[in-house]
Amino acid sequence: MALLEIENLHAEVGGKEILRGINLIVNPGEVHAIMGPNGSGKSTLAGVLAGREAYSITEGAVRFKGKDLLDLEPEERAGEGVFLAFQYPVELPGVNNQYFLRSALNSVRKYRGQEPLDGVEFLKLVREKLNILHIDRELMTRPVNHGFSGGEKKRNEIFQMAVLEPQLAILDETDSGLDIDALRVVADGVNALRSPERGFVVITHYQRLLDYIVPDFVHVLSQGRIVQSGGKELALELEAKGYGWLETDAAKPELVTA
Amino acid sequence: MTTAESTLEEIARQDYKYGFVTDIESETIPMGLSEDIVRLISSKKSEPEWLLEWRLKAYRHWLTLTEPQWPNVTYPKIDYQALYYYSAPKAKKVLNSLDEVDPELLATFEKLGISLAEQQRLTGVAVDAVFDSVSVTTTFKGKLAELGIVFCSFSEAVHEHPELVRQYLGSVVPYSDNYYATLNSAVFSDGSFCYIPKGVRCPMELSTYFRINAANTGQFERTLLIADEGGYVSYLEGCTAPMRDENQLHAAVVELVALKGSTIKYSTVQNWYPGDKDGKGGIYNFVTKRGKAMENAKITWTQVETGSAITWKYPSCILQGDNAVGEFYSVALTNHRQQADTGTKMIHIGKNTRSTIVSKGISAGHGQNTYRGLVRINAGADGARNYSQCDSMLLGDRCGAHTFPYIDVRNPTAQVEHEASTSKIGEDQIFYCKQRGISAEDAVNMIVNGFCKEVFRELPMEFAVEAQKLLGVSLEGSVG
Ligand SMILES: Nc1ncnc2c1ncn2[C@@H]1O[C@H](COP(=O)(O)OP(=O)(O)O)[C@@H](O)[C@H]1O
Ligand SMILES: [Mg+2]
Repeated sequence: MALLEIENLHAEVGGKEILRGINLIVNPGEVHAIMGPNGSGKSTLAGVLAGREAYSITEGAVRFKGKDLLDLEPEERAGEGVFLAFQYPVELPGVNNQYFLRSALNSVRKYRGQEPLDGVEFLKLVREKLNILHIDRELMTRPVNHGFSGGEKKRNEIFQMAVLEPQLAILDETDSGLDIDALRVVADGVNALRSPERGFVVITHYQRLLDYIVPDFVHVLSQGRIVQSGGKELALELEAKGYGWLETDAAKPELVTA
Repeated sequence: MTTAESTLEEIARQDYKYGFVTDIESETIPMGLSEDIVRLISSKKSEPEWLLEWRLKAYRHWLTLTEPQWPNVTYPKIDYQALYYYSAPKAKKVLNSLDEVDPELLATFEKLGISLAEQQRLTGVAVDAVFDSVSVTTTFKGKLAELGIVFCSFSEAVHEHPELVRQYLGSVVPYSDNYYATLNSAVFSDGSFCYIPKGVRCPMELSTYFRINAANTGQFERTLLIADEGGYVSYLEGCTAPMRDENQLHAAVVELVALKGSTIKYSTVQNWYPGDKDGKGGIYNFVTKRGKAMENAKITWTQVETGSAITWKYPSCILQGDNAVGEFYSVALTNHRQQADTGTKMIHIGKNTRSTIVSKGISAGHGQNTYRGLVRINAGADGARNYSQCDSMLLGDRCGAHTFPYIDVRNPTAQVEHEASTSKIGEDQIFYCKQRGISAEDAVNMIVNGFCKEVFRELPMEFAVEAQKLLGVSLEGSVG
């Protein structure tokens, strides 16, 4: 069974149609990269999948492990194994990062009918993941994303992903604005989790990340539609050509190849 | 409506969990207030002549006063002649153990999660349980007595330690202080008394649970705490009240006397019935709390206020002696139609006196939360320092937060710092938590508790846990 099936998905915000018929299938074990110019609807797609309220779905369906995903609350989707690394991680002043993560982990465990991890087990898990990702322990003692640099916020997203071990991880421009070290952390996080059961949707503006996370498929999103799909070489082609050529072609639906 | 908003709506609609009335026989004197009633209260308690005189002076002074209008709260006019000024459960005369306590009362405490037996066994806290106005049971007395610590009901102290009561009663909050304190001075029924002798460190947290139970009974508790030179005491006050329809007036007075080099920590977790969603039936809490700190003494007020329809309360410190320290840590939560006007006054008189104010106001529903604080540095207070931080958090957009910091500096060497912030729990914050699997309700709880952390840190451990739970209960709502 496909992990994620998106069928003719249309979504609008404030009366404006942003997603205009997305079709995408992610099978377990696959990494899909979604590229596209600013404003093409990448974050909107990620938000719709995670259950952000601001969007209304006007047409289409999304199934996750065969279940109607759009029918679930955001926290239920998380419980089912959907994780979104936010393009702009949100600050929670006063809420300890470690406490937050433990609450999150135990919430999803509860959803799955698993026993909560006690403090000792949780710390062990945290330590293990910190080591894999070369993240400083000190990050855990601070309030969630509050006062974090841009890079720290992104690392924290990846760290949360590593601890929560989702079945489908959606990374929304996690690479933007990162130096090469931070980029490695992101790539290590994803690569460490890659497995035959998991799927990834990696949204990125740049080809660069895909040198580290080698995708199985690359899709080009433009004006709310996937206008082209291909293998990893498509990313290189995009890098060379830029997005400029899309702006005109995308308006003509007959050129859509995916 | 968006999820975040609907969550906040749910939260704001949540009902008070501790509403019930215990059916215990009460002995009540006639309704209304007059000199005769004051005399009757005094004689019922077989008080000495000096105390009756003090009450009468207060009563006569009260007649010349009018209710304060300046707080940022509104409520229907109180008819002071329509209240009962004394009510005592008909308890057995002397109680040696919990077994002798009215089982109804014990059941009430169970419902509140404050089983005395549990408290005694598990936490080693001595509990002076005030049910309505009269102390019903006192524990750990023997152990405290060995150290020379006096911890008893106010009435008992009047008989057993009249010299201490006479010396200190009204020494911090004079009978003429303000409308409600003056009323209290005239008609106070009972309360707690504590004396820590010189150099003695009280080995346990002293704790009193107040309950308001008899319908229509204005509650006029009077608490007097004295820490003699070098003494130390941590005192906990906590309360919940049963649900009912008439508004109930509570005008307590708490006086703290911290003599040279002593420390008093006074912590309150207050959860009186706040009224229903429309604000009907809640408690009016008009309290005067003040401490006087002599040389090198320290007074810390920590309060978590989640109850009452209206709260009017400014635990204050008079920093009389040199190097005296005053601290005020407060969390005030208003939900539904609750109104709170609370804060502190720090009066710096001695040299190098220091004060810290940390106030966290949380407003939800239609709640109105006002911080009102005064920092006064007198001319003689060389080197005095104050740090104030007032943060407000809004849940939803029909509630309000207001801050009135008054600063009155009369000495050029003083350093006064004030910081303020207002934040809102955002939809994006709640979505972020939900995406990680955390329910909206837990998310709000987590964010609110994070906001209050600096205050909870000041509470004794068990109390901090209780306070956290209380905020959870006060904000709880089913999220669909
Ligand atoms: N909340 C919103 N209100 C109105 N327009 C929005 C909102 N969110 C996104 N949009 C619009 O939707 C389009 C797609 O945005 P987005 O999904 O963030 O693109 P991308 O992530 O590809 O840069 C943009 O034109 C943006 O202005
Ligand atoms: Mg985006």
